Amino acid sequence: MKEGKNIYQSRRDFVRNAGKILVALPVIALPVVLSKKVSASGNVWQIDPHKCTQCGQCKTNCVLTPSAVKCTHNFRMCGYCDLCGGFLRQGTKTISTAAENQLCPTAAITRTFVEEPYFQYTINEDLCNACGKCVMGCRDFGNGSLYLQINQDLCVNCNECSIARNCPSDAISRIPDKVQYIPKEKI
Amino acid sequence: MLAWHAVLFAQDRFPRPEFESGYVYPEHQMPLQRAPAWEYIDLAVLVCALTLASWLALKKRSRQGLVWLSVFSLAYFGFFREGCVCSVGSVQNVALALFNEGYAIPLTALLFFIIPLVFALAFGRVFCAGVCPLGSIQELVGFRPVKLPKAVESLMISIPFIYLGISVLSSATNSQFLICRYDPFVGIFRLDAPYTMIVFGSLLLVAGIFINRPFCRYLCPYGVLLNIFSRYSHRHLTITPAECINCRLCEDVCPYDAILPSDITRPVQEPGKERKRFLVSILLIPLFVIVGAILFRNLSPVFAGLNSNVRLAREIRAEKEDGVVAVSKAAIAFKEAGKTENELFEDEIKIHERFRMGSLWLGIFLGTSFGLSLVSLSTRTRRTGYVPHRGKCYSCGRCFEYCPVQKNNKATNEKS
Repeated sequence: MKEGKNIYQSRRDFVRNAGKILVALPVIALPVVLSKKVSASGNVWQIDPHKCTQCGQCKTNCVLTPSAVKCTHNFRMCGYCDLCGGFLRQGTKTISTAAENQLCPTAAITRTFVEEPYFQYTINEDLCNACGKCVMGCRDFGNGSLYLQINQDLCVNCNECSIARNCPSDAISRIPDKVQYIPKEKI
Repeated sequence: MLAWHAVLFAQDRFPRPEFESGYVYPEHQMPLQRAPAWEYIDLAVLVCALTLASWLALKKRSRQGLVWLSVFSLAYFGFFREGCVCSVGSVQNVALALFNEGYAIPLTALLFFIIPLVFALAFGRVFCAGVCPLGSIQELVGFRPVKLPKAVESLMISIPFIYLGISVLSSATNSQFLICRYDPFVGIFRLDAPYTMIVFGSLLLVAGIFINRPFCRYLCPYGVLLNIFSRYSHRHLTITPAECINCRLCEDVCPYDAILPSDITRPVQEPGKERKRFLVSILLIPLFVIVGAILFRNLSPVFAGLNSNVRLAREIRAEKEDGVVAVSKAAIAFKEAGKTENELFEDEIKIHERFRMGSLWLGIFLGTSFGLSLVSLSTRTRRTGYVPHRGKCYSCGRCFEYCPVQKNNKATNEKS
């Protein structure tokens, strides 16, 4: 009787130990298999401005309200136009800073006079809600110096960016966190 | 189409002005990420919290300590770090990295995946006990535990296996991260989310008052892995600090149905009958594997719908063949982008192929799990005392205070 019990116990122990080894193996193997694919620094999400179609998903799909996506202005590409497609609503009768003329729904763009006939347009990121209307205006009628970027200071770096999942043009992807931005440059 | 391209790329319409007034270009603002060092602090906190949880559950046997640790984890990993970098979601990062070129998994995500598993292999599911913020928030609201009928319970605990399988399939094919998308509590941690997320999380919390830890038990995909690892744990929490006296006081206190009763009173069955049942269930495993593989391989077009490119291709094809106008934003963007339909369809075929392969493995995995769970039903260990079920036990420590046996005073026990 006693002997029989011992055999029974040792069989159990064998199954247990075999199971232990079986489940421990993948855990040991995983870092080895992935050793070439591990990066110590990690990734951040960013919009490729060349793929972006200003569909307006950035405004509504970010887990943050308001969105962590902000309009960025590359001043070196800007034409400093008086008749700015990014600032003025299409079909306005007068070129002025009057509210009814502004394209931006939150009045996040400030227009300041530089010298005849140039005006500087500055984005107030606190007001910007990433609707992309100005970006589309600047793309269609101007130099394309306005573009959307994920502000890394605000972004909470979700495991999967919920804007990326909904982005119709696949413009948002993970990039190494050494770079963090995909700036639009003058070619 | 051509005209549109002319618009898209003719973007240098106005030359850069030559200013005469000494105008200086403003800085091109690109603020960098907030201190990435936090991720390494997270790792240190994770290891410390796991060590503390193991000590509290196995050595100190303090439910109160575990509750306070849960409060801390909820505050730190939940509300302070806002629920991101979490072990539950890291399953997907690992799957994505394993099966895709060009994705480098962050070291922190890999370690967040591995460390709790190592602890589970050593000390059981101490991660669930007081480190996981998702578990903590539910543990803290579980005031009035009720038990579900056994049939419902055993049916519901199979959901996490399916959820794990589908979310690994989805992330391995680079489609989407389902676990993150349907994370119920991250919206509560951030205090900001779509209302559906908040409603789902709140409903789970309300349900959790009565059915403790509904997410952990019936959904958590990482819990499946911890469950498997914990079954083979080196050491594990015990209900009693010394020898079980079969007083049955702890019998009904576990809200997770994880206490295995002692069966010294159970009559011994005919060994031949049990052995036969065991053999039959072992022989049934290959059958389940084959059925699962065939079933899920045929279901692969359904799973392929998780991929946005496949959905887009289907929409475009429907427009081409049946004249259903494609109106989704993706379709509009596709038409603007100038990618040809053939490229899209070729892409779709490749993704479909990956899904077929993945679904096959998903079927094999689910078939094996189902078969093995049947085997475990037909094996009986003789227990001389009340012990926790190593797979199901969350090491929450609720049962400690119900055990009348005291440690280190065997003499007094004997005297009385």
